[in-house]
Amino acid sequence: MAAYLQPRALQDALSAMSEGHWTVLAGGTDHFPARVTHIPDEAILDVTAIPELRGISKSNDGIRIGATTTWTDLVEAVLPAACRGLTAAAREIGGVQIQNRGTIGGNICNASPAADGIPALLSLDAQVELASVSGHRTLPLSDFVIGNRKTMAKPDELLVAIHLPAAALTGPGAFLKLGARKYLVISIVMVAGTLDLAEDGTIAKARIAVGACSAAALRMTALETALVGLRPADASEHLNAGHFAGLSPIEDPRGDAAYRSDAAMTLTRRCLAHLAEAA
Amino acid sequence: MRIIVNGTDHTLSCDGGRRLSRVLREDLGLTGTKVGCDAGDCGACTVLMDGRQVCACLVPAAQADGSVITTVEGLAEEDGRLSAVQRAFHRHGAAQCGICTPGMLMAAQDLLARELHPSVRQVQDALGGVLCRCTGYQKIVEAVMDVSSNAPDPAMPESGAAVGARVARLDGVGKLDGRELYGDDQRPADALWLRIIRSPHAFAHFELGDVDAWAATSSGVAAVLTASDIPGANSFGIYPTLKDQPVLAESFVRYRGEAVAIVAFETRPAGEETDIASFPVTWTPHDAVVGTEAGLRADAPRLHDDSPGNVLIRGRVASGDADAALASAAHVISGEFRTGFVEHAYIEPESGWARKIGDRVELRVSTQTPYMDRDEVAHVLGLEQTRVRVIPSAVGGGFGGKLDQSVQLPLAVAAWVLNRPVAMLYHRPESMAATTKRHPSHITAKLGVDAAGTLQALSFHGVFDTGAYASWGPTVAGRVPVHAPGPYRLPHVTATSAAVYTNGPPSGAFRGFGVPQAAIATEMLMDQAADCVGLDRLEFRLRNALRAGDRTATGQVIDASVGLAACLEQLKPHWARYLDEAATANRASGPVRTGVGIGCMWYGCGNTALANPSIMRLGLRADGRLTLYNGAVDIGQGTYTIMAQIVADALGAPLDRITQVFGDTDRTADAGKTSASRQTFVSGKASELAARDLRAQLLRHTNAGEDAELVFDDGIVMVIEGDRRRAIELSTLIANDDGDVLTGEGSFDPPTEPLDANGQGIPYATYAFAAQIALVRVDTELGTVKVEKMVAAHDVGRAVNPTLVEGQIHGGIAQGLGLALMEEYLPGRTENLHDYLIPTFGDMPQIECLLIEDPEPLGPYGAKGIGEPALVPTAPAILGAIRHATGVVCPQVPVLPHRLRAWIKSQNAEAAE
Repeated sequence: MAAYLQPRALQDALSAMSEGHWTVLAGGTDHFPARVTHIPDEAILDVTAIPELRGISKSNDGIRIGATTTWTDLVEAVLPAACRGLTAAAREIGGVQIQNRGTIGGNICNASPAADGIPALLSLDAQVELASVSGHRTLPLSDFVIGNRKTMAKPDELLVAIHLPAAALTGPGAFLKLGARKYLVISIVMVAGTLDLAEDGTIAKARIAVGACSAAALRMTALETALVGLRPADASEHLNAGHFAGLSPIEDPRGDAAYRSDAAMTLTRRCLAHLAEAA
Repeated sequence: MRIIVNGTDHTLSCDGGRRLSRVLREDLGLTGTKVGCDAGDCGACTVLMDGRQVCACLVPAAQADGSVITTVEGLAEEDGRLSAVQRAFHRHGAAQCGICTPGMLMAAQDLLARELHPSVRQVQDALGGVLCRCTGYQKIVEAVMDVSSNAPDPAMPESGAAVGARVARLDGVGKLDGRELYGDDQRPADALWLRIIRSPHAFAHFELGDVDAWAATSSGVAAVLTASDIPGANSFGIYPTLKDQPVLAESFVRYRGEAVAIVAFETRPAGEETDIASFPVTWTPHDAVVGTEAGLRADAPRLHDDSPGNVLIRGRVASGDADAALASAAHVISGEFRTGFVEHAYIEPESGWARKIGDRVELRVSTQTPYMDRDEVAHVLGLEQTRVRVIPSAVGGGFGGKLDQSVQLPLAVAAWVLNRPVAMLYHRPESMAATTKRHPSHITAKLGVDAAGTLQALSFHGVFDTGAYASWGPTVAGRVPVHAPGPYRLPHVTATSAAVYTNGPPSGAFRGFGVPQAAIATEMLMDQAADCVGLDRLEFRLRNALRAGDRTATGQVIDASVGLAACLEQLKPHWARYLDEAATANRASGPVRTGVGIGCMWYGCGNTALANPSIMRLGLRADGRLTLYNGAVDIGQGTYTIMAQIVADALGAPLDRITQVFGDTDRTADAGKTSASRQTFVSGKASELAARDLRAQLLRHTNAGEDAELVFDDGIVMVIEGDRRRAIELSTLIANDDGDVLTGEGSFDPPTEPLDANGQGIPYATYAFAAQIALVRVDTELGTVKVEKMVAAHDVGRAVNPTLVEGQIHGGIAQGLGLALMEEYLPGRTENLHDYLIPTFGDMPQIECLLIEDPEPLGPYGAKGIGEPALVPTAPAILGAIRHATGVVCPQVPVLPHRLRAWIKSQNAEAAE
């Protein structure tokens, strides 16, 4: 029988990871679908019994979301308006069954280009906290997920929490997902955004992220720069294709590359309109 | 681990990573929880864990440790009475095949614990993680919203009033309390577990290595069977002269997923599907023939020796002179349309078990066609048919996909050769790769109409991709030309078809046998023709509708039960309302445009110009109980209930006196296949005749007249005629082997005549007619389509059970919507239920059903079929609505967002030029 470890203390999990190769298992919603036709001989480290990995806490620095916090936990939490996009993403992931089990940390570590949680987190300037027996380190989410199924986690590191800095939590947030059906659908394109206004009511800072249009979801930095100083209501008129040059969409059964680029612009325009309304 | 399941404390020892679904089903024997995908895509395995709905297939046992689990078996009251949510499902007809029902019930339970009076949206959100392929979801939503009313169960109808009553499904309780046994719910503990080695290539030669050595050194492997182990013929196929598919390929394969060997494991491997990648086989792949254009190319490899040019078969119907009529028509509209492979996506994968008993073999499998299974097994084992017994399990959805062989032949071969009970279950990717699909089509057509709006001529050619093997390809090629003209008067028709072999998956039977594809083409031309002559699209169809006494393109005069005009008349106010609503909505600017569309159809019930008999028997026991020997397999559509309703009225007995022996080839007569929308019409008539036969015997016994009343009591039948009452003491009669003292038998074969070379003849004894309208909203910037509402008008002859008829319509619309907007099977790319999309709760329109009853004189109480007719007009109505909203004539389905967006853009570009 393959090893199955379910430690109750973080240190025990980290010790195990320092000593061997483990498949980390959280909510199982990506783990099991990858094991339908064949279950590899693997040692599993189940991190869901470690209490400190789950839950949402607020401080002056911002919000800490434990890695095994479920989508339902997020939906049911009282969060600032900036997190509306994150909550909306949580509500649109799979069905309620998936939301009840799937975790935000698992969504990040699985690193699917179509991971529903990542664009909203990027639009909140999320940082990820990694732990190993050597200690903790924190890096921006945008530097952590680097490609299709690729992250910067070292073999002995565990994602323990996501931090949303207070500075990104002041304005409204929004998230739009495009799929070919209503429920249980993998995104064709996603856009998430947050908006901070200056005292004169113009845009001081916009954070716009697009998912499923590149190997890893991306912030649209050129667009964000272009939006500064505009009135929110005018923002959606200022888009151009150059703002999305960083995207490299693929063709798959859900859509072709040209469509994804086109839809990314449309969704971004609508996302900005939502944000303007809320601002 | 320790879990409390339905109030019972269990301590068990298992691998921490074992799926909770397998713990429940295999370790605790709670098979009420169903497994459809093992990937969280279908939600069939939904259970409550500490009060929250979860997919049991995604929960490792270790995470369930210490939790409280509720499964469907835990819903009913302690005395076995159904709970409020189960009863609501029962009275609303919310369960059809029942395979998704446990998951639906558990998700509903989760919702209702929080919100006793949920809104539609709340129900959809809460149950949205469970897929249903039968119901179209509407009756499930209605049931969940009605739980709090605690309304009583529908009353059993009085004697003589069963036909037409909304009887709750007579086999319904087992689908609600988890006791119904599907293909994977009853395998014996000592059964070997079979897995198939399949080709990863669409076209390849292969050589097997030392399979015996592999078997000897592989853990848990009891045996390997290859083509040389097959006792009889290594071939199967629907048509006796077209058995072109091997049970196990011998040296080359023609499609991805084709079977080459059977591996028998001692038990089901605990680590799910044990590694069979090491199986010794060497592949030499070739360039695959993909699509019919490739199959028809002069230099294409010949895929079957008997089929030069890769054409399996051609079909033709010709009447009048279509070419001349088109040349002189005021308007000619032409079009070209394509459809792709469509997967049945029943939630229950293929499954069953088999054993050898003495010199016979017995199979218990999920099937639509036990008699054909019996004959095919006999052929492959080299046995007489009487030495094969097939007992259908409950069927968790079929839609034509379980009209073909899947697990039956490997199970029979292994049980016979190894002389051990054997069981198997396809996993979802295997189910999708290995089994049949809807035929992709490439249709070109021209429709001619005169200036006054009268149809003149149709020229139609459909090329159908029949994939690697014939399967039901000849049926499609034959049925399509007959139906191509649609339900309209068309004096000049040339309609041809060809079924072409390729290296695609075998295309087989799928709800409609090619007619839905043909209807997409001709209905789109009908819309454009209406515009050309300046007539409203409904009015144009009504003007050209077939009516009683008209002659069809096959030369058949249809005298009765031609209800299309009635359907259209009843739709008129709804159509006007939809058009108004669209016009109002479109006054606002913005990217979302509203459109309205209409689709019509006709559908011949039963086989095309072939014998199609059904035999039913009704026994009367000495204790006064009635037994219907019903071989018409219920795949969720309701033959268990319908046949009993017909029998009850034809005999003059109350419905609740009838018990049934169901679908057992040893005990029921051959009622034919559950296909071609034939069971209500054909087997229903046989049931009626069986009951009338028994009634006649009882009347003869007492010299009573036709109108005498029968009263069935314990051990006695009273025959009452006015004041005259005579008792038949049943114990004085001699019982047969079944325990029946009297048996009525009924047989019905709908009268048809063969078609000649021009397709002239009488292909069907009756036709169903329908028209559906749809209102859609198109987001023109994103290319997405939301079907908001539909009205479906169906001439069913007589609605034997209106609740079941509505259920068929809702479910047919769901599949038609999937065909139109999202479903496309791509071998190797969409072999699961998250890349292959079927409609969810949130994708369905609000549907209103209008049941038109233009009685069919041949049918039981006037009834004809509804199963396939429900699906055929849906895609045309939706496509017409998209065109109305955007101007785009969609040349291809599914209308995926990226396709529609591209068509809209190119139309805008053309307009700009």
